[in-house]
Formats: sequence, C-alpha cells, structure tokens
Amino acid sequence: MAQPIRGSSGDWEMVIGLEVHAQVVSQAKLFSGAATDFGAEPNTQVSPIDAAFPGMLPVINRHCVEQAVKTGLGINAEINLVSVFDRKNYFYADLPAGYQISQYTRPIVGKGKITLDLADGSTREVGITRLHLEQDAGKSLHDQHPTLTYVDLNRAGVALMEIVSEPDLRSAEEAGAYLRKLRSILRYLGTCDGNMEEGSLRCDCNVSVRRPGAPLGTRCEIKNVNSIRYVMQAIEHEARRQVELLEEGGVVEQETRLFDAGKGVTRAMRSKEHAHDYRYFPDPDLLPLRLDANWVEALRRSLPELPDAKKARFIEHYRLSPDDAGVLVAEQASADYFEAVARGRDAKLAANWVMVELYGALNRLGLGIERSPVSAAGLGELVDLVIDGTLSGRLAKEVFAAMIETGKGAAVLVEERGLKQVTDSGAIESAIDAVLAAQGEKVAEYRAGKEKLFGFFVGQVMKATQGKANPALLNELLRKRLAG
Amino acid sequence: MALDKATVARIATLARIKLPPSEQEHLAGELSAILTWIEQLGEVDTAGVEPMSSVVAMELPTRADDVTDGGCREKILANAPDSAGGFFTVPKVVE
Amino acid sequence: MSALTGLTIAEARAGLRARQFSARELAAEHIAAVAAARPLNAFLAETPERALAMADAADQRLQRGAARALEGMPLAIKDLFCTEGVLTTAGSRILDGFKPPYESTVTAKLWAAGAVMLGKANMDEFAMGSSNVTCAHGAVENPWRRRGDNRPLVPGGSSGGSAAAVAARAALAATGTDTGGSIRQPASFCGIVGMKPTYGRCSRWGIVAFASSLDQAGPMTRSVRDAAIMLGAMAGHDPKDSTSAPVAVPDFEAALSGDIRGLKIGIPREYRLDGMPAEIEALWQRGIDWVKAAGAEPVEISLPMTKYALPAYYIIAPAEASSNLARYDGVRFGLRVPGGSLDEMYENTRAAGFGPEVRRRVLIGTYVLSAGYYDAYYLKAQQVRTLIARDFEAAFQRCDALLTPTAPSAAFAIGEKQDDPIAMYLNDVFTVPVNLAGLPGISVPAGLSADGLPLGLQVIGRAFDEATVLRVAEIIETAAGFTAKPAFLAGGG
Repeated sequence: MAQPIRGSSGDWEMVIGLEVHAQVVSQAKLFSGAATDFGAEPNTQVSPIDAAFPGMLPVINRHCVEQAVKTGLGINAEINLVSVFDRKNYFYADLPAGYQISQYTRPIVGKGKITLDLADGSTREVGITRLHLEQDAGKSLHDQHPTLTYVDLNRAGVALMEIVSEPDLRSAEEAGAYLRKLRSILRYLGTCDGNMEEGSLRCDCNVSVRRPGAPLGTRCEIKNVNSIRYVMQAIEHEARRQVELLEEGGVVEQETRLFDAGKGVTRAMRSKEHAHDYRYFPDPDLLPLRLDANWVEALRRSLPELPDAKKARFIEHYRLSPDDAGVLVAEQASADYFEAVARGRDAKLAANWVMVELYGALNRLGLGIERSPVSAAGLGELVDLVIDGTLSGRLAKEVFAAMIETGKGAAVLVEERGLKQVTDSGAIESAIDAVLAAQGEKVAEYRAGKEKLFGFFVGQVMKATQGKANPALLNELLRKRLAG
Repeated sequence: MALDKATVARIATLARIKLPPSEQEHLAGELSAILTWIEQLGEVDTAGVEPMSSVVAMELPTRADDVTDGGCREKILANAPDSAGGFFTVPKVVE
Repeated sequence: MSALTGLTIAEARAGLRARQFSARELAAEHIAAVAAARPLNAFLAETPERALAMADAADQRLQRGAARALEGMPLAIKDLFCTEGVLTTAGSRILDGFKPPYESTVTAKLWAAGAVMLGKANMDEFAMGSSNVTCAHGAVENPWRRRGDNRPLVPGGSSGGSAAAVAARAALAATGTDTGGSIRQPASFCGIVGMKPTYGRCSRWGIVAFASSLDQAGPMTRSVRDAAIMLGAMAGHDPKDSTSAPVAVPDFEAALSGDIRGLKIGIPREYRLDGMPAEIEALWQRGIDWVKAAGAEPVEISLPMTKYALPAYYIIAPAEASSNLARYDGVRFGLRVPGGSLDEMYENTRAAGFGPEVRRRVLIGTYVLSAGYYDAYYLKAQQVRTLIARDFEAAFQRCDALLTPTAPSAAFAIGEKQDDPIAMYLNDVFTVPVNLAGLPGISVPAGLSADGLPLGLQVIGRAFDEATVLRVAEIIETAAGFTAKPAFLAGGG
C-alpha cells in the first residue's frame, strides 16, 4: 500500500498515470524507407517524405505494425483488428508536415495490464488504457546558436508506440516498478530496446493529488523524463509541490511541466502554451488498418516466455525465492544465462553465482550480460569444480576473477595455478600439526577455555595450505587435534 | 454560423497565418457566409450512415522493413531558406 | 497556328512514325507557340532546352523503330506536378524558388512514354479556384472571346493554364488535376477534352496535395482519342501512394469502338437546375439525342443528394487542405519571411505566401476541424459523402454511364463573380459530386453558346470504367462535330 503524503493539514494521495513513448525496433521508419539508427549525422536519415516535401505520401511499414501487435499481446491487451491513423495537427520546427500521423479514436491496441513487482515482494496489477502507433518528431537543438534553433529530422517519422497507463499508480516507487516491468517486457519481445539515455524510451508523467477517497485533482504533465530515477524524483517533487500549493490555499493549474534534473524540480514550460486544438481527423492518405485474426493468433503463439511467466516458472522449477527469480528474469539474456548455468546443477548455487559474483563483476566492468567475458558454459564449469570439491568457495571466487581477467577456463586456471582444494586428510593433518606445534601458548589458552582462538588456528592452517584446505575437513580435523 | 472577429483571430492563430485586425472583420463576414451556406447539410438525415473512410475499395498497402531512402542530405537541404552545418535553422525557440 | 501545332496526338503519332516530320520540328514549333502564347499567361515556366533535348531523344527512338506511346509529344505540365530540377510553385508565392529533388510518378510515366516537356502551366493557387485568377503570378486568359466583345475571359480553373495552352495550340496536350472539377470545367470553358479518371487510377505521389481524398491527375487534350492515349500513359498502380488502386490499366484507346448500342445512359433529374441557362439545357438535350441516335437508351435517374455535394465538398476539401498546407511554413523550402520568433516567422510567411482564396479555405478548414465542430461539419460531410456515393451506385444499377452538362455557364469575364466566393463555388455544381464519389468523368466540347463560347457535356462512369466513359464521349464528340477554334491561336504559320 502506497504511503500517503503527510501534509500539514492531513494526508494526501498521489495519483499517477504514465504515457510512455517507446521507439519501435525496426530498420526503417514507420511511413518511409529512411533508416532509424541512433547518432547519425544530422539530416542523413531523412526521406523527402519525412521532411514533408510537397506531394510526398506515407506507406506503412508492416514490421512496425507487427511490433505494435506483439507488444499489445505482451501486455495482455485487446488487439483491435481495425484501427485508423489520424492526423494530429500542430506547428513546431521539428514537425515538418505540421501534423503528426498518430491514432486517436481507434488505436491498434486497447486495454491491457501489467503486474508490478514491488520492493516488499508484493505484486500489484496496473491497467493500461491503450497502445497506438505514431510518428516521432525530429530534434530541435536550442543551444547551438544564440538566436537560432537547429533542426535535425533524422528522428522524424521513426515509429513510436505510445503506451498509456490507467491513472492506477499511487507512488513514485510504483511508477518506477511499472517502467521497469514495461521496459523488461519490451526488451523480451524485441519491440523496443528500452534505452532511455538514447531516448528510445521516454516517459511523460501525469501527476495529481487528492485527499484519499476524494475525486481526482487537477493534473500536471511532466514531459519527456528520460530515466527511471528521474521519473521517480520528478513525481515525488511534483506531488509535494501540489500538496504544498493546495495546503496554502492555492489551486493547481493544469499545465505542462519539465523536470530539471540538475535542480531536482519541475517547472512550467516557459513558452506560452497555445491552446492545443489538434483537430484530429482520419489521415486521407491512408486507409484503415485491418489485421487478420489468424495472423494475430499466430503472433500470440510465437511470443517468447515473458518475465512474469518466467519468474513463476523459476520459482516453481528451480525453487528460487521470488526476489531471486525477479532479479534473474529482469533481462531475458540474464535469465537465459542463469538457466544455462543451472541446467543439471544446483539451482540455488547457480543463482548465487550469477547474481552475486557475475553481476558484481559485470557492474564493475560496466558491461551488460551480452558482453560477459565469462560465458554461461564457463561459469558452469567453475560451479562444477565447487560442487565436486575441487575448489573451496573462496578459491572459486579468486578463480572467477582470474577467468574474467585472462579469459581462460576454470579448469585450466586451476591446473596452471595449482589451486586444487586440498582434501587429503593427511596433508591437512600435517599442516595442523605444524601450526599447533608453532603455537604452543595459544593451544594451551584454547584448551584452557579461550574458544575464540579456534578461528585463529583455522586461519593459520589456511595460510599454510595457501587457502586450499577444504574448510569442512579442516574444521573437523582441527577440532579433533585440539581436543587432544 | 456567424463568426466573430475573435474567433477568426483564434482560427488564424491556429493556422499560423498573420491576420491584421483591419482584415478580421471582412474575413469574419466572408467566412460566416460560407459557413452558413455549408450548414444546409444539417437538412440531411445521416443517422446510422458511416462516414466515408476510403474512396477506393482496397486494403491499406504495406511495405517491407527495408532501408530504401534517406542518405541524401544535400537534396533535403537544397531548398532550405536557411541552414547551417547540416541542420535546418529557424528562429530560436525557448522552452 | 502552324500545321504541326494544330495536330492531335493521334495525328502527330502517325506523322512522326511516317517520318513526315521529326520530333524536333514538332517541339520547335510548339516552343515558338508557347512564346507566342505569352499574352495568355498560360505558362509559369518555359523549358525549351529541355524540350529540344527530349525531342532529340524521341527522334532517336523513332529512328530505331522503338517509339513509345507518347514519343515526341510536346506537353504542358500543370505546375502542381513536381518536376525534378524544374521550378514547381503550385501557382503560389509560398513555393517561390522551389525545385523538387524528385519527379512525380505521373510525369515520370509520361517521360518514360517519350513525351516532351514544354513547360509548367499556370493554375489557381494550390488548385483552389474555378477561374485561374487566384494564381500569385497573374490570371490566365481564355483564348476564346465572346463574339463582338474584347473583354478577356477566364479559362476556368484550377487547370486554367493547361486548358488555355491546349486550346490555343501552344501544347499538344496537358496534364491537369481535378479535385472538384478542375480539369473538366476549364476543358468546358476552353473547348477541349478534359478527363478526371477514377480516384486511385493515377498516382498522387509527387503532386502537390490539395485535398487528398479528392485530387486526381488527368489528361487535357483536343480529342477523346488523345485523352485515351494519354491516360494510358499516366495511369497505373504506384506502391508509393497508399491510395493508388492496384488495378491493371486497360488499353483505353482500344476501347474506342465507336459502338454504344444497348448502353443505358442515365440523365440525372437533379442536374436540371432552376434558372439553368436555356442554351445549356438545349445542349444537354442535343447530347441525349446524339446518344439515342447511336443506339443507346437514355434513362431518367435520380441523384437525390446532388444539391448537398457542393457544401459537403466545401467542408471536406478545405479541411484536408488546411492540414496538407501546414507544411508550407518557411522552414525547409519556398518563401520565408523573417519573424522575431518561430511562430512569428510562420505567421508572416504564410500571410505573405498564401493568396486570399487559399487563406479563406485554410481558415474554413481549420475551423471545421476545430474542437467542438468536427462532428457537425467534417463528420457530417463524410456521412453525406457516403450517401452521394450510394446515389451513384444505385444509379449505376440502372445505367452504364451518365450524361450531364459540365458547367452551368460558359466562360465569364475576368473580374466577374470575383467578389462572391459562393458564386464562384457554384461553377462546380455538376462536377463536384463526381469527385466525392471518386468516379471517372470527362468533359467533351459539344457546342457553342450564343456568344460563341464553348460549352461542354460531361459523361460520368462507374469506378474504373474509363473505357465506357471514353467510348460514350467519343460518340458525343463525333456527333457534335466541334471544329470551332478560339480567337487567339498561338504559333506561326
């Protein structure tokens, strides 16, 4: 249950709806054959269609349609077999035609839902109102010149899926969880790469506050927030701003705001907002889009196992905790990696190695799992050596570090460095005898009751065996020896 | 439908066409006359009639996801009234 | 008028193939005629060098025996068609200096058929008008004059330059576009043939868009046979235009069998307007008699929604236009008038760049789409449009083609009817329903008014049945025996 905002005059509830613009993974744009790659030289990926030259006409990219339908299926939504493209008319420098081809009254996807995984382990279902396809706009750069804005149309016409949530979210945490889950689903489906820094996923946040149980308050829209962290910050700030305003007796104006990441605050957009009358009407250059029900069904059957289903299966089949399962399924590549390691091995051990050691190393190196220097097979080999007793857990970690650094396999490194765990009782006993012989005083103290010294002896024996002594065996033999 | 000057001014702003106040009155009259003439459509009973969505009876054509266009910046910028460094340039917008 | 500029396409085709003259000679005579026709202001741009180069290429093909359908034919191209590297302005200041980096599909097909470009024809700005007086570069004059009257007349619009050029024999033929009558009405006013094919028959790619669901390119020629030949070259499915119909192009010329026996020709009673000039009524009756004499059966039919076509059109067309013309903003091409801010720049540019008629229609269009009015206007108009289409469908259960007058009058004087936009709109009363229903229609010169001005008759057909439309039109053409020529004829000789 989301925490209410404690205002000076009582509790307030925040109500949040998120509009996510997800750039569709495709080679070419939604209505033209220009490329969609990120970071190209300005205006080098622009067709005369994208630049709205006279006489140019749109033709729809069927792959983008498929991506939108797949996404709709992935969020458990109704697919509308007939949808219509409408023109949304307004003027801006990065909107060459003076209208955006979008979908207004009849979007391609209707109502759906997403399950949020919350920090306390609970889940909550949140509704999605709709998903529609639309063109992205170009980019305006306002900081290149003192009196001019520079316009790059490379992005103009790229396919976007606009995904609108119901105003069901009640906290910044939930908003973060929603975005994480949505992003995960999109990446699983391969319909959007979810890269917020590059702008392939952008979020507009609609925030309002109200007394619990009261009708909805006036909402403000915070546009184009480009990280999950900023979304959460922006929502927190904005909710508080509205509460303070209302408690001072003020009124929340419906307005569009921007999040200033540097200052951590939202501010109203400086430009005088022309009353936006978009004059939507069906685009006469296009016909209604009709989908074949059989095709949609076939698409549904072809979807990969999605995060929620995978998580449930991991819990059931690998007996992982919901937390661990949740971490592993966040990215499909990680989940696949884990399963490859877990196959035929102890799943809990495999999970631990992946989540702690592997993820730790990848984080330090700043790599995604796709670029892991250690493959799943390689890690599996290492885990086998732990399971069969060749390596102690501690040594295995050292070997792992060496695997990352050198790229060599576990068995090879163990041979090279002679790291095999000592499980020969005789050898351990010799080491123990040597240590105890050298530590006569301490032995006497121990036998007199200073039990804490046990750890000291363990450390000494480990040192003497270069860490290779099997810990369990060491403990057993040491106890026997000390007991006299 | 009679349009007043304020409405004409608002529409002109929506359409981004500068309309000097001296012309607003006359235009309001002209547009009102046209709109009044148009309103005879109100006589037609259109209950249950589908608005025409396409003149040709055909399905929306689609294209394959291939890069077949773009990469022609010179062409795209060739007619630009103002450009710099590969960008179109316009008076600065303050957000 | 020289001997060569007085030919039809069919005659020139025969002459070129028989090597009676070369394509270069044909082009040269027309280039001279274009220059001589300058008083009409029918051309916005003349392209004589290009024409000669194209003619030379045509001669080479003719020599090899590899002549294509329009090999060597000198054409005028309405300035609404984007012609690569050649100034294209749509008759508007706002496209000052615009040289498209691409060729429209229709003109590309014409060049691929061997045709030769004489230049870009003048037109009503953005194709909005019925008189060709709204062009930023001045009005076009009709080469016809009233008997005993020297006042310049309008050629009709919006394809007024095209019609005037063809009528004055400054071009063998021309392309036009027709959104509410813009090919047929000027054809009627100038005594030539003008055809608007079925919506989707010709590609709209590369044609400056006015009203997307209504615009269609079509031929403007001096004979029905010429229209058939030219349409055959212009038509065809274009995957770059999502409204282009995936239908095969029949051999339209072969459809001119001269035989319409057994066809039923519908006569729509609602086209008999109150106060219609008696001579138009009489001409229509003559047309009915001609088709009857040719063995067809006139059938009275009803198109009850006819009177609502014009108001529906004047909602739909301006609405679509207001959106299509939003791209003319001074940013990427054409005129830019500076402003202190982006919005000021837009407002100044568009105020300076658009003429009064365009401005009127953009404002009407913006208004009818605006919040609160969409249902009452645009939605309503699209519903009425469905009913209009149904009227035609029902009519075509009972007949194979319709016969009507093309325009409610002959050409009027430049300056007449200019103060009242609605009076101007009424010029299109017979043509507009055809665009709303997306059907093919042709205007054929059928007679002269009392003051010696051309009057046209219109034939309307089923969707994609241009063949029948052309066949019936040719019968009328033959029966009418229209040989009158305008007062002004370009060219020497």
